[in-house]
Amino acid sequence: MKVTPTDMAGRHLGRTTRRRAAEAVVRTLVYAAGLLSIVILLAIAVFLFVEARRSMSEVSLGTMLTSTQWFPTGTPKIFGFLPLIAGSLMVTAVALVVFVPIGIGAAVYISEFSAGWFKEGMKTVIEFMAAVPSVVYGFLGVAVLIPWVKETFHLTSGMTALTGGLVLGIMSLPTVISISEDALHAVPDALRQGSLALGNTRWQTIYKVVVPSASSGIFAGVMLGLGRAIGETMAVLMLTGNAAVIPGSVFESVRTMTGTIAAEMGEVVFGGLHYSVLFSVGLVLFAITFAINLAADLVLERQRKRWRR
Amino acid sequence: MSTRTRRANTARTIEAFMKLVTGACVALVVLTAVFILGKIVVSGLPGISLDFIFAKPAMGMRAGGIFPIIVGTLMLVTLTALLVLPLGIMAGIYLAEYAPKNLLTRIVRLSIANMAGVPSIVYGLFGLAVFVLLMQIGKSMLASALTLTCLTLPVVITSTEEALRQIPSDIRQAALALGATRWRAIYKVVLPAAAPGIVTGSILGLSRAAGETAPILVTGAAFFLPTLPDSVFSQYMSLPYHLYVLATQVPNVPPEVTWGTAFVLVAGVSIVSMFAAGWRSVQRRKVKW
Amino acid sequence: MVMSAVVEEAVMDAPYGVAEPVRTIEHAAEEINGSFSLTDVSVAYGAETVIAGVNMLVPTRAVTALIGPSGCGKSTLLRCLNRMNDEIGNVRVGGTITLDGLDIYQKSIDPVDLRMRVGQVFQRPNPFPMSLYDNVAFGPRTQGVRKRDELDAIIEEALKDAALWDEVKNHLKKHAFELSGGQQQRLCIARALATKPEVLLMDEPASALDPISTQQIEDTIAELKNMVTIVIVTHNMQQAARISDQTAFMLRESMDQPAHLVEVGETKRMFTNPDDRRTESYITGRFG
Ligand SMILES: Nc1ncnc2c1ncn2[C@@H]1O[C@H](COP(=O)(O)OP(=O)(O)OP(=O)(O)O)[C@@H](O)[C@H]1O
Ligand SMILES: [Mg+2]
Repeated sequence: MKVTPTDMAGRHLGRTTRRRAAEAVVRTLVYAAGLLSIVILLAIAVFLFVEARRSMSEVSLGTMLTSTQWFPTGTPKIFGFLPLIAGSLMVTAVALVVFVPIGIGAAVYISEFSAGWFKEGMKTVIEFMAAVPSVVYGFLGVAVLIPWVKETFHLTSGMTALTGGLVLGIMSLPTVISISEDALHAVPDALRQGSLALGNTRWQTIYKVVVPSASSGIFAGVMLGLGRAIGETMAVLMLTGNAAVIPGSVFESVRTMTGTIAAEMGEVVFGGLHYSVLFSVGLVLFAITFAINLAADLVLERQRKRWRR
Repeated sequence: MSTRTRRANTARTIEAFMKLVTGACVALVVLTAVFILGKIVVSGLPGISLDFIFAKPAMGMRAGGIFPIIVGTLMLVTLTALLVLPLGIMAGIYLAEYAPKNLLTRIVRLSIANMAGVPSIVYGLFGLAVFVLLMQIGKSMLASALTLTCLTLPVVITSTEEALRQIPSDIRQAALALGATRWRAIYKVVLPAAAPGIVTGSILGLSRAAGETAPILVTGAAFFLPTLPDSVFSQYMSLPYHLYVLATQVPNVPPEVTWGTAFVLVAGVSIVSMFAAGWRSVQRRKVKW
Repeated sequence: MVMSAVVEEAVMDAPYGVAEPVRTIEHAAEEINGSFSLTDVSVAYGAETVIAGVNMLVPTRAVTALIGPSGCGKSTLLRCLNRMNDEIGNVRVGGTITLDGLDIYQKSIDPVDLRMRVGQVFQRPNPFPMSLYDNVAFGPRTQGVRKRDELDAIIEEALKDAALWDEVKNHLKKHAFELSGGQQQRLCIARALATKPEVLLMDEPASALDPISTQQIEDTIAELKNMVTIVIVTHNMQQAARISDQTAFMLRESMDQPAHLVEVGETKRMFTNPDDRRTESYITGRFG
């Protein structure tokens, strides 16, 4: 027997309509959630800018970018970003010196020289290092590294750019190692075998073939480590002494952009000039890390395309 | 012939040397990790007792326990989880199951990767401007949780998407062929199958959030409070901020109190994330598609 | 191709929406439906037309075998019948396909409704990662069956029809992945049958299985054709000859032209006395 139209007008047609409506609702929700990340990222940029606007009209751009003085509470107030930017750059440079060689070296060993069980073990070690909160790194630095730096280099204070930079370097290691290791791992084995078959040793294969092939991924790892170092707050706040002067060497105290925001935001009048200036600092920080991350993402994307299939 | 042998010998020596050098890098990393763990355990364990866990701070936080601080952290993380999980999982579903291959999707991906790299203090500024001031929630647990939600979102999204992509497409096809709608296929079949990966990734992200200090510093964490928070609109105490306070703001804190606090924080965060990571790799090995 | 009178009449009183039969647990054996009519069907992936000009009837309560060399579009054509091609994206289906006179590509048809009437079994066994019971119950639950005893009855019947009941009746809570490949495939058949379809599409259902499991699947198909229309894709000529009533031979003669239907007809005749030389060479294994 054929199905009669009444069958459908009854139970089933209603179900179909309801089901379609439900599907449409879900689809809308899922799409909205999918776009949320764009919205938040844009909102961050917009609100940093909105809150920073007052400072931009009241403090001249010239002062911000050329003055070497940061006196947020003095009379007159001077908001020169240079000491903060210099401070951030110096600790980051120290961190870079730590995490680039050690991170890449460790990634090469883990990927090229070690057995499967060792890789698994190292994964755990690196996961642990990434899991330790930054305030704990800061505290360990306060307890261990500050006295050590003070003594070793015969300084009056162990709170220096060096101290902060060393800890930042350690904190960035998990990022650099895991991304570089991924990049090395993604290099097809056929390439290694080809090189070995030509009579190259393992090491020659690594530095002539494997590392160049993975170079974009390693670069991305370094960039992301760099972004992490510049953006890190608590450890530098606790370790660098926070003197807002342009440092002459790594053995001097520095005040970073992140540390400045964290230390001073608690004392400002909301909506006031100082408050707004701190948002300007945040905007600079956001712009720098955004550029670094974008570069890393684009490089990573290119690498992913390269080894597809 | 002899030059060739010599060259081969040199190459072999270099290889051995480089293996040593890169091995030393690994050793350095491992030693650092062991040192961190060892130092915290050795110095922190003596301060741990039932009293320390279950008592309130006393004598200007120089004695007593950290109970309200632990509770504050747990409440904050729970609230964050309630906010971030639905949003992050939905966004992950969008990327894995609905997103068309176009420019918009690429921008979404780039935004997520970029969100993961925004400094946590910048999230703090954002939370302060938007949640605390603009939305007038005030410095509170809710404002902090919303801030941490933004911060954790990329982790939850990424791990959800990854977990969903592990599920072979033929079971989606099977569900659709049985007359299930797209959403029913996802909700009843794909999502449960991907649950281990999603749960683990989310736990990892949330345990990171639990250790964050900078964003809560400016959005609601309190230096000291005599009572537990009574609603999501109150301020609260939290482990990472408390550790910062003890380490740098309060003079003459007995070391076992500070180290004990550090121990509780690290133990909590790392045990949870190690378990999550371990469980995930076991699950991955167990279910072979 | 001329439409049969039955189909003609069905077109006349074709309702809007999809004809979704109200069905009871006992499969209504007297209902004669589940016949497809394909008119000038073509399929294109993006700019590439892979199938063109397919005209054929799929008779009800019979097994139709689709044969042809690899890549000629058998799976593609099969997926047209339950609109699974819709899920791939960038696929265009031309021509007309009617199920019992109802154009299944017309706007008002929800493919979801269609798929409740046209089930599919895939090449690789693809049970859901859940218990046997929940696997088979998935379709009925989707259709809104909630009562436990009702579900139990449907599941028992479906598992019996798929010749799996005796092996699993005491382990319905077992995880589906614990079954053997052949059992998994029969579970997938049971899962598809539980929605009470009129048509069952099978895409090389036995190609991933050992000979004994293959035999079991073939036996199951022989039983099933009394209840549902079956369209099966197979690379195995003996299998096609053994189990099908009608055979359709598809061929893509060169990569720059779409595949077409070389010959459709009664299996017995096609395997003994094919009309077309190409059919003969394919069946006897000269190419493909
Ligand atoms: N999703 C798709 N996107 C683009 N082209 C496709 C897609 N699926 C199949 N094709 C193309 O359509 C043609 C027919 O493929 P189809 O899978 O239907 O062949 P088949 O006869 O089932 O082959 P086999 O016997 O190997 O399963 C092939 O040329 C294939 O490359
Ligand atoms: Mg096929």
